[in-house]
Formats: sequence, structure tokens, C-alpha cells
Amino acid sequence: MMTAPPTAKRRRSLRARLGGLLLPGFTGLLLLFLFAPIAVMIAFSFNDPAGRQNITWQGFTLRNYVDLWGRSQITDPMVLSLVVATISTLVATTFGTMIGLALTRYAFRGRWLMNLLIFIPMTAPEIILGASLLTLWISLGVERGFLTILVSHIMFNISFVVVTIRARLVGFNMSLEEAGMDLYADGRTTFWKITFPLILPGIVSAALLAFALSIDDYVITLFSAGRTVTFPLWVFGVSRLGIPPEVNVLGTLIFVTALIFIGVQLWNARRADPSTRPAGPVTVVGR
Amino acid sequence: MRSLRRGLAPLLLLLPGGGWLVVFFVVPMAFMLLISLQEGTFDTGYQLTWNFGIYPQVIGQYWELYVRSTSFAVATTLLTLAVGYPVAYTIAFHGGRLKNALLLLVVLPFFVSFVIRTLNWRMILSDNGMVFGTLKDAGLLDQNFHFLATPASVIFGLTYNFLPFMILPLYVAIEKIDRRLIEAATDLYASRAQAFWRVTFLLSLPGVVAGSLLTFIPSVGDFITAEVIGAGNPQVFMVGNIIQRKFLDSLDYPAAAALAFVLVAGVMLLVSVYTRLVGSDRLAG
Repeated sequence: MMTAPPTAKRRRSLRARLGGLLLPGFTGLLLLFLFAPIAVMIAFSFNDPAGRQNITWQGFTLRNYVDLWGRSQITDPMVLSLVVATISTLVATTFGTMIGLALTRYAFRGRWLMNLLIFIPMTAPEIILGASLLTLWISLGVERGFLTILVSHIMFNISFVVVTIRARLVGFNMSLEEAGMDLYADGRTTFWKITFPLILPGIVSAALLAFALSIDDYVITLFSAGRTVTFPLWVFGVSRLGIPPEVNVLGTLIFVTALIFIGVQLWNARRADPSTRPAGPVTVVGR
Repeated sequence: MRSLRRGLAPLLLLLPGGGWLVVFFVVPMAFMLLISLQEGTFDTGYQLTWNFGIYPQVIGQYWELYVRSTSFAVATTLLTLAVGYPVAYTIAFHGGRLKNALLLLVVLPFFVSFVIRTLNWRMILSDNGMVFGTLKDAGLLDQNFHFLATPASVIFGLTYNFLPFMILPLYVAIEKIDRRLIEAATDLYASRAQAFWRVTFLLSLPGVVAGSLLTFIPSVGDFITAEVIGAGNPQVFMVGNIIQRKFLDSLDYPAAAALAFVLVAGVMLLVSVYTRLVGSDRLAG
């Protein structure tokens, strides 16, 4: 640096300063772009539309938020989605954590096959997962509905849970377990008293991810739903021409709930030891 | 006894989840293959006749959709890379203490349902909506201009929806780069551009590869964007739209299954060629 001629140095600093403005400016614009449909969704959840179209701003109202409750055609799909998300999260998180433990703890033959089995469902286009499950239901004559939706959600969630848990387990300190064993704890006590509390933040991250993926899924659900209507299917069905305000109201409520969850997680992470921090936003992106 | 338990333990841990994936992922793929080889109609029933002729038939009939899906997905991948790289770079190198907060801001919009986000884009970009309607009223745009239902609008929608899948792996890769290497390059009289392309970009290649795959694969199979932002215009349909319609509307299961299988095979082929070109060792990084 010292040997660079002064003119080059000044030119560099000017360019550096310009670049220093350019990149943050671009990043800011991109964030605005990412939030554009969210801002419109929130604004139009308060719109007082003339018809069912809801495409131009008419006036502010809170009526959309009040009218929502007690209308079963709106609340039933939401409740169904919450039930499917809860059960599929519990099952997929349990199964996925077990696989994560097996993959990081034990040496066994066929590990590559297991890795492939985890990896492919995550990378295959969703329509393939949905369509192939549909062929299974058709071939076996299974009637599509709540159970088939649940089965499909558990299936696509397992891989995401395994990947999240494994990221957590890789840095796990095995000597803590050995210390437990040395102090005459049996295998079960060691697991529940030492291993489980240590990997719990990873399990929580994985469960949140699974829940978010399940409640948002449209494509795979569509193929396993039959006549049953989950929340995303209902949204798509009622918005063929325009978006009714109820859709934006529920979207806004989901967004606010997610914000609260993230806030609580961040707050917990700040209080806790840095080594037990949740895996962070990288692991919680939805499709 | 103890060693036997250790031998059984991984099996017992793997069995429920692994079994679930075999029964509801691997087995359905086999069923899809079998259904693609059936003949008949929905009303009279389908019979397995090992009709491999369905494959040349659907490719001959729908090759244009595969070409369109691939070109839309490639355009989406390049756009997300061009837009996402500067953002990932800025957050990784200039984010400072705001790094995690900025990353959170990038993924936050995606907590709102995919369907709702896409529907709102359709409204924002409609012919007389808040963007183009305003421009038309101001006389800045021809009254006949429309954006929805064009190929560009579908690529736009795909780019929006899959941006975080590009930004996050890019960020992870760029964040890992030892910045002293870039200093070393400039100390050795590399220009800033040279230092960027030959040090930063090269070292971030694992992120570029991962991000490209995570963007390309879901884009090429997508059908919601073409349905909503493409306004159901058959001129912008992707192969997913036809697969979905054949499975759920016209109930032409063999052709639908064959189309889906060609899609899987095509994606696997493209991905393996791509990873071979870039060097699969870089994927591990």
C-alpha cells in the first residue's frame, strides 16, 4: 500500500467510497423489494373494499379482523393446517432427531445410502414428491384426506429436521457423556440428563422449521388432499380473481405470530450461553 | 450383550424415519414408474401394458414445455445470483454487528405463505394496479402495456420466491473467506476487480454452486408462479402446470407420471453435468 503512487491511491479511495455507498444502498433496495408484497398484504388487510375484488385502496377499517371469527369456511382450513402442522412436527422431529443421533454417533454400513435417502427428497422438485405420493394413493385405492396429508407432511419434514439436528450434533462434546457414564449414570439417564438438554436448542430450531414448512405447504398437499382443504389450499381457491381481505388478515396474523416467535428465540439466545445459541435464521427459511 | 446393543442401536434409531422415507418416498417413485407404463382411460380403468412408448410420445408432444421450464429456471438462477451476490457480500463483509439481523430481514418475508406472497405480487403488478396503473395514469406507459402473463413476469415471480435460497448459501460461503487473502492479493498489486474475481469469487464458488442448485431445482418444477403471476396463460406454462393438470384435472395418470419422470431424469442429468463441470469437490466445501 505504501508504495502505491498518490494518484492511484486517491482514485482507489474515491472508488472505495462510491462502492461503500453502492453496496449498502443496493442491499437496502433489495430488502424493500423483498418486503413489498408483505407491506401490501398488511395494508390491504385493513382495506374496506367495495366488492370482493379488493384491488384498490378504499378506506381504513378494522372490520376484516372482527368479521373473521366464527365463519367456519375460513377458520376450519386454518384449524386443520394447525393440527396437521403440530402432529407432523412432533412426529418428524422425533424421527429426524433419532436419525441425526444415529448418523453422528454410530459407524454403520450403508451410511451413504441413508444420507442419500435424506438428501434426495429435499432436493427433488416438490411437484415430484406430491405427484409420486398421489400415484401411491391411486394404486392402493387409499382415499385422500386428513391422514394422507399428514403422512406427506411428515415425509417432507424428516429430511429438514435431520439436516438441522446434524448441524447441531457435529460440534457436540462427547466427553460430557463419558463423564456422565463415569459417574455411574446408565445410558438412559445420561441421554436425558446430559445429551438431550444439550441438543434441545437444535431440536427446537428443527421443530420450528418443520412447523413453518408444514403450515405453508401448497404443492405436496394439493396432491394428497382430495376434497380436504388446508389453509394454503383455501387461500388459493378463494383468490382466483382477487384477494379477499380475509386472506390478507390471516397472512398478517401469521406474519405477526412468526415475528413474536423469532423475537422470543432471539431473546432466549441473548440470555443463554453463546454455545447453546439456536442455529439462527439460516435454518428457518420456508419454501 | 453390550456390543449387541451397540450394534442394534443405530438400526433402531434409523428405522422409523428411514422406513417412513422408504415407504412414502422411494415406493411412490416406483408406483409412479408403473403408472406411467399403463394404458387406458380413467373411466374404463388403466392396465399395466409396459407401454414404454409413452415416453417418446410425451417428449414429442411437450418438449417445448421442458425447454421453456429450463430456460425460465436458468434465467431465474442467473438473476438471483446477480442480485443476491452483492447482497450476500455486503452482509458478510460489511454487516458488522448487524449481520444476523440483516440475514433475518432477508428471510422474514418468507414466513408469509408462498401463495399469499405470489397473489399479492399479482395484484401489485396487474395491468391497472399500483405500479403500472400509476405509470399509465401519469402517461409514462402505454395504456396497452401489460406485464402479467408474460415470460418476464413468471421469471420475475420465480426470482422473488427463490432469492433467499441463493442468498443464504452465498452468505455462508463468503463469510468463511479469510479476508487477509484479499489483502494479500491487493498488496501484490492486483486491482480490486482482479482481487474480487480471482480471490473472493473463486473462494465463494461452493456457495454459488449450492445456491444455483437450490434455486434451479425448485424453479424448474414450479407451477404456482405460472398459474398466478402467469395468470394461467398457456403461453407461459411450465412443465409443472401440465403435470398438475393431467394428474388432478384430466386424470390422465400415465401421461402425467411419464412427464414427471422425464422431469426428474432431466433435473438429475443437468445437475450431474453441472456439478461435474464445476468440480464436485467444491460442493463439499
